[in-house]
Amino acid sequence: MKAMISNGVRGAGILAAFTVVFTALMAGAYSLTREIVLKNEEQARTQLIAQTLPAGSYDNNLLADTRLLSAEDSRRLGNDKPASIYLAKKGGKTVAAVLEAVAPDGYAGKIQLLVAVAANGNVLGVRVVTQQETPGLGDYIDAAKSNWIRQFEGKSLASPEVERWKVRKDGGVFDSNAGATISPRAVVGAVKRTLEYVVVNRTTIFE
Amino acid sequence: MITAEESRKITLNGVWKQNPGVVQILGMCPTLAMTSTVVNGVSLGVATALVMLVSGMAVASLRQYVPNELRNPVYILIIAALVTVLDLLMNAYLRDLYLVLGIFIPLITTNCIVLARAEAFASKNGVLQSGLDGLMMGIGATVVLAVLGAAREVLGKGTLFAGLDLVLGPQAAHWILHIVPPEYNYQFLLAILPPGAFIGFGFLVAGKAWLDKRASAPEASCATGHAKG
Repeated sequence: MKAMISNGVRGAGILAAFTVVFTALMAGAYSLTREIVLKNEEQARTQLIAQTLPAGSYDNNLLADTRLLSAEDSRRLGNDKPASIYLAKKGGKTVAAVLEAVAPDGYAGKIQLLVAVAANGNVLGVRVVTQQETPGLGDYIDAAKSNWIRQFEGKSLASPEVERWKVRKDGGVFDSNAGATISPRAVVGAVKRTLEYVVVNRTTIFE
Repeated sequence: MITAEESRKITLNGVWKQNPGVVQILGMCPTLAMTSTVVNGVSLGVATALVMLVSGMAVASLRQYVPNELRNPVYILIIAALVTVLDLLMNAYLRDLYLVLGIFIPLITTNCIVLARAEAFASKNGVLQSGLDGLMMGIGATVVLAVLGAAREVLGKGTLFAGLDLVLGPQAAHWILHIVPPEYNYQFLLAILPPGAFIGFGFLVAGKAWLDKRASAPEASCATGHAKG
């Protein structure tokens, strides 16, 4: 009996020692890479925001002209956390806004988007920030994989009309690949909600 | 130390005789999930091989401190920690590739071939042997991922090496081979979707078995011929 207990205690001690050593290893790797990862992410974000806007259409530093949306507005755009809105200015005048939106109904979880909307309510560009859609199947919503996401450019709630803001399979105007309609359907819905938000809040965003 | 004979045997075992994909049929989850293109398959295979190299060496060098009854939790701990470190390092230094492989890096932990080699080989052999065994088993798995990925990509999308630019930079976008000219918009969904993975994988397993059978057949027929003669 005594031997069994001491054996168990010894085993627990060994397991604990291994846990401490390998947790330290992971913590070390984490603190070593944290700065670089954060910098990578910020750089990727800046590049992504710039991609949603036509080159030369603004002359300010987008990350500097950033506002945090209220919790309620963020939720309306699908975000759990407070979302940012980046204002693109030219000659001091706000010409476009880039909003963080989330499509909560992707095939494999949330799809984070950046949606750039011009002052006249037209979409300038949409980009996927993060997604976990099926590789090779639903991930064509990502600009890195295909040009699908570019079909939003120039669209507004007036053209096509609101009820046709759907994928073609659901009777709308937006293309989707056969067999992978859930991801594009989610993105179309999120872009539409973003436009609706911008229409309602036009004056506060652009003036 | 490791002899040339040993390393030859370990290499042959990992890549061909005991191939983790088509002989041991281990680690099917990534094999089936990540083989929609060659690039995806090979990238995950290389990451798996790296983890197996390091985990084999780690397990072999720590094996004397691990009590027999505790080896499974300790091996899983070692493998999970190494995968986490790899995940963090790739996120920091190979971000483009990291974005491609995405959620499949953490899944290397659950790939049973990694634990199976820790248990069956690294727990009984030297550090160098175990590292080589892990690497070769990983390469064996990579070969299967590459073949299956190529077959599914050609059949499903009519291309080869799509997505290479995500791994090697934008200039590699020109290296994509269009077996079917892009203007035809060719797509064969069955091959891209999971059923295509299962069917293709079945053919690979059958093909390997057939090759093995054929390789041993001449001796057999020779033997019967001798008996008759």
